[in-house]
Amino acid sequence: MPIVTVTTRDGRTKDLTAQNGRSLMENLRAGGIEEILALCGGCCSCATCHVYVDEDWLPALPPISADEDDLLDSSGARRPNSRLSCQIKVSDALDGIAVTVAPED
Amino acid sequence: MRRRRHRQRDHRRGAELRHFDVLIVGTGHAGATTAIHLRQLGNTGSIGLLGEEEELPYERPPLSKDYLAGKKSAADILFRPCNFRAERDVTLIPGERVVSIDPGARTIGCASGATISYGNLVWTAGGRPKRVAGAHVIRSLADVDTLRAELPSATRILIIGGGYIGLEAAAVLTSLGKQVTLAEAADRVLARCAAEPLSRFLEAEHRAHGVDIHLNTSSIDHNQHDLVIAGIGILPNVDPLLQAGAEGADGVLVDEHCRTTLPHVWAAGDCALHHNPFGPARPIRIESVQNASDMATTIARALTGQPQPYRAVPWFWSNQYDLRLQTVGLSNDHDEVLVRGDPATRKFAVIYRRAGRVIALDCINNVRDYVQGRGLIESGVEVDAALLADPDRPLKSLLES
Repeated sequence: MPIVTVTTRDGRTKDLTAQNGRSLMENLRAGGIEEILALCGGCCSCATCHVYVDEDWLPALPPISADEDDLLDSSGARRPNSRLSCQIKVSDALDGIAVTVAPED
Repeated sequence: MRRRRHRQRDHRRGAELRHFDVLIVGTGHAGATTAIHLRQLGNTGSIGLLGEEEELPYERPPLSKDYLAGKKSAADILFRPCNFRAERDVTLIPGERVVSIDPGARTIGCASGATISYGNLVWTAGGRPKRVAGAHVIRSLADVDTLRAELPSATRILIIGGGYIGLEAAAVLTSLGKQVTLAEAADRVLARCAAEPLSRFLEAEHRAHGVDIHLNTSSIDHNQHDLVIAGIGILPNVDPLLQAGAEGADGVLVDEHCRTTLPHVWAAGDCALHHNPFGPARPIRIESVQNASDMATTIARALTGQPQPYRAVPWFWSNQYDLRLQTVGLSNDHDEVLVRGDPATRKFAVIYRRAGRVIALDCINNVRDYVQGRGLIESGVEVDAALLADPDRPLKSLLES
């Protein structure tokens, strides 16, 4: 099972054992990362599961959809490596990925 | 029976002992969020989370969508799969209902006979669905489990009420191959919360998917259907608060920090009647995850000495078939409706104005307008109607002009 390294807002880093086939958002929440609110439950209707993805891992991710792109625009904290974690499905190909929880809007 | 007696005895034994620095009543989004945020903000006191349901806190929005469709399991919709008790030191008190409050003694009385004392009481008890005899409702996990158990033997389903719950259920059930009839008492669906262009668009969408919609219909023959579902709104669960002297009616009145008029008693979520900075002059209740979550945060901040008034732009979403509906702002008391884009393209927005200012947008398959429209609501700028209605002009650009 892939390992995801997540840095929370207090700067602490935690390694999570993720479940394949589930979204990164679901895995972060299952791992107790409560800063990921994911208010809409993962249907790409809000932007409360916003993370920064380690640049090295960006090419491994599926492209950003127009809806995700627009929703990310609603965040004042958007960066070039911003993603909504509900839109990233975890697989072995992402073993070792590092993400940081974006600041609250 | 045996288990039940045992539990009641436990409650009575605990009656003299039980005290929580913060006692939260209601295990929905507002209650669970209050508990989590209190800990995140550094609160170390004892927290009790009491609710009528036996289940761990879970998310309600999927109940009328993916959970009804069988696409998500009960485990999938748990509110943060974290273990409240172990990781957050939150004491869960399931299967319990509050019947009285003594604000002077700072105690609550429970249906089981137990008495629990509190330092602060956070009331997040939500609402109970209005009932129609013989009809299912969609409010709790147990409601939907009961409904789903009957689905295999049901072909013809009647849904009473053309609000969001009824429409979402109609979309799921037709996709499961059911023959759905939807009866709405008003002359259009979503009559209470949206303008006519959205109502007519959704009626056409649902009819195209095979839903038999009857408008202006308050009574319909149940016997022609194998199963009946009522989605006609909720009644806020505030009776013990009002009986204890809290101000309110159809909800409990709270101020900008979500304080009720009773000392040390707070309220959040569906049952909290409040003056919303983005709403009309009169107090209103808002039934949404956003409102529940942000009010809960407001209370957690106040209780940890970091008060910040509740001032969040309201937002809401719904999924029906392949339609993504997103609402930002509150359309109450609008005096003008503009349609931006052509509904025939299945991508458009309905813009609500009051006194020339944009107060809300319903966006259909149109995330961009949803995101950019928020800025117009927040800024309160007056924008020319023709510019707003021009879908080729980004809403963001109107803000800058």
